[in-house]
Amino acid sequence: MNMQAVEAATRESAPVLTLEGITKTFPGVRALSEVGLDLYPGQVTALVGENGAGKSTIVKILTGIYQPDGGRIRLDGQDVHFPTAQHATTAGITAIHQETVLFDELSVAENIFLGHAPRGRFGLIDTARMQRDARALLERIGARLDPALPLKELGIANRHLVAIARALSVEARVVVMDEPTAALSQKEIEELYELVERLKAEGRAILFISHKFDEIFRIADRYTVFRDGELVGHGAMADVDESELVRLMVGRSVDQIFPQRVSAPGPEVLRVEGYSHPTEFDDISFTLRRGEILGFYGLVGAGRSELMQALFGVTRPSRGAVHLDDAPHAIRTPADAIEAGIVYVPEDRGLQGAVRGLPIFQNVTLPSLRETSRRGFLRMAEEFALTRRYTDRLELRAAALDQDVAELSGGNQQKVVIAKWLATKPRVIILDEPTKGIDIGSKAAVHAFMAELAAEGLAVIMVSSEIPEILGMSDRVIVMREGRMAAELEGEALTPETLVRHAAGIGEGG
Amino acid sequence: MAFLKSREAILAGAILLLLALIAWRFPGFVAPDNLARVFNDTSPLILLALGQMAVILTRCIDLSVAANLALTGMVCAMVNAAAPGLPVPVIIAMALALGALMGAVNGLLVWTLAIPPIVVTLGTMTIYRGIIFVISDGQWVNSHEMSDAFKALPRAELLGLPVLSWIALVVVALFALLIVRTPLGRAFYAVGGNPGAAVYAGLNVGRTQFWAFTLSGTLAGLTGYLWVSRYAVAYVDIASGFELEVVAACVIGGISIAGGAGTVTGVVLGALFLGIIKNALPVVNVSPFYQLAISGGAIIIAVAFNARASRSRGRVILKSAEHAS
Repeated sequence: MNMQAVEAATRESAPVLTLEGITKTFPGVRALSEVGLDLYPGQVTALVGENGAGKSTIVKILTGIYQPDGGRIRLDGQDVHFPTAQHATTAGITAIHQETVLFDELSVAENIFLGHAPRGRFGLIDTARMQRDARALLERIGARLDPALPLKELGIANRHLVAIARALSVEARVVVMDEPTAALSQKEIEELYELVERLKAEGRAILFISHKFDEIFRIADRYTVFRDGELVGHGAMADVDESELVRLMVGRSVDQIFPQRVSAPGPEVLRVEGYSHPTEFDDISFTLRRGEILGFYGLVGAGRSELMQALFGVTRPSRGAVHLDDAPHAIRTPADAIEAGIVYVPEDRGLQGAVRGLPIFQNVTLPSLRETSRRGFLRMAEEFALTRRYTDRLELRAAALDQDVAELSGGNQQKVVIAKWLATKPRVIILDEPTKGIDIGSKAAVHAFMAELAAEGLAVIMVSSEIPEILGMSDRVIVMREGRMAAELEGEALTPETLVRHAAGIGEGG
Repeated sequence: MAFLKSREAILAGAILLLLALIAWRFPGFVAPDNLARVFNDTSPLILLALGQMAVILTRCIDLSVAANLALTGMVCAMVNAAAPGLPVPVIIAMALALGALMGAVNGLLVWTLAIPPIVVTLGTMTIYRGIIFVISDGQWVNSHEMSDAFKALPRAELLGLPVLSWIALVVVALFALLIVRTPLGRAFYAVGGNPGAAVYAGLNVGRTQFWAFTLSGTLAGLTGYLWVSRYAVAYVDIASGFELEVVAACVIGGISIAGGAGTVTGVVLGALFLGIIKNALPVVNVSPFYQLAISGGAIIIAVAFNARASRSRGRVILKSAEHAS
């Protein structure tokens, strides 16, 4: 055995960080079920899995933001636990998040050392030393940045470098990178790869989360695959190929039953031609028919929600046209869209959906105030009647219709939001991640209801990142990647593998 | 049952307790006649607090109301002095229009330029005060320069109450109708409660805020005429600092500074609470300086109370708790 092999074998045998049997349950959802993860010094472990597989939950457990319900974490063979993020940092575990959390008005050096700045006399911050240390750190990661520069003058890539320098300013043994290349250009990505190599050479263990197969194969030494909160595979990258990884990621999940539907799409309702936005999506064209459910699949950040927001008039497209019943229609504001019969149930219930503090009935009638008022005055009786009509249908569970919507569970809040839109009697309903974050029971109810709406002749657009849901509900699926249409799939062509391939941009042969 | 637990009921209880305390020392204070006088004295505060309520509901604040009041009042007084023959209803219409205009300027700046409301109204507050100085040259308009009809209106009695009180009562009723029963009133709550969701429901957040400012300005304008005619004097500094009392009435009345929550009843009670303190303290021989401290204390207690109330209204995470509710 030569020296390198011995060294490799020793590394192999001694992971720096080991997670065993980690379980985490949220109300109604089991996010992680007895998963394990080993991280080795000087190696990059890729963590892959679909959206909702539990990747971000494990990162939050690693960094002390969540506490596991069961299982153990061992650092150098010693049992440890991280009651707070500070504990994880002290133990040498640091994370670089997709959206870096930095402060615009502070300098590069201040950002790097915020919270643990070197102190001089009288406990005051030693600015000179902080600048020096910052410069040294930046040089170590190959970044040529002036530590005195205010952060707001930096671009995204340089901010990333600052975030990395910050992560390394505490002695980090384990570095977690959560989709670090998502916002970077190709050149910046190359620089990041070099940095990863440098961290490897320094003997740090790296957990690299990514949806991009090319980069996983390029920089990772090992892989771990999660699916629906379970560990489904792990090993050395050398022993696996793309098809095998895709198969592990999507493997059929069995516990979800979707409503049987006979799809009989009617005439065309909506036609979108060449819809484009300066920064978010480009040249999107599709048609939608009565009684049809059209799925939009893609990775998070593929531009699906942005497209839907433009169709609903929240943002304006730079180019393109919308035809309703073959007649061109200009949608400039959400009020125009509602008028035209297009409604949008947003993904973010908290920010865009329900108005907490207002009672259920006032939430439901918010876009229908013109219908529930006579001569400029609202009629409470009609508001209640309209609300009851739709909340009954959705089997809303609430004490009373004048109950504050904030008192309802997530699933029931979602029902209020859907009731609100149905009350406008739409012709096209756009559901953005309609079952995200709600329990299995409510999910099934939402699915059944979608099928019912389609059967009644409503045209449904469903944006979803869950493959089973896309496959189980859609008549047709448009896959988006990086703001463009990657594929339009239906019938035989609609399989988990084709979805993942088109969404991740893997060639047919690979 | 729900009412007894509400902020309004607690505030009403606090007011009754306050009255009982005062009555214990000075029974005369709670005589119907005197209470009517206190209400009349508080009427301008009520009028302005209602307008402020609309603005705060939409997550804004209007610091220019007192300056608006003073400028409108000065213009009314000067017009009256220059043209004593002009009928009072014309002057009132002018006061409403001028006040609305100044409110609309605030609203437009907030809407179209997206400047934070506190900055906008701090600026216009100073500008409006400055204009008073410019048009009046710093001079007072005194009682003898005003026509009798101009001065008589707010003091004229109708069914035992001064017209000023009647105006406040009518405005409270109309305002409650607007807030509870019109799409605009509902929009105030929705825009302040969750601007994101309001956009998605097809509401125009900026335009809704514009109307709240215009409403606030209109009421300030109306109060401007009433104020100047009641006290029969107009000068640069009238109602100086009154905007803070107006905001205080809203806060004590349970209007959430974060927007989207509060009732007309609460605001009226909040204003009355301050009005009673202001009128009672001289009677019980407490220095006016304490009056400020007591008002300030009431504000902090009210805010702490509201903060606690909104905290307990958090997410229901426990399944059992959800079923129980």
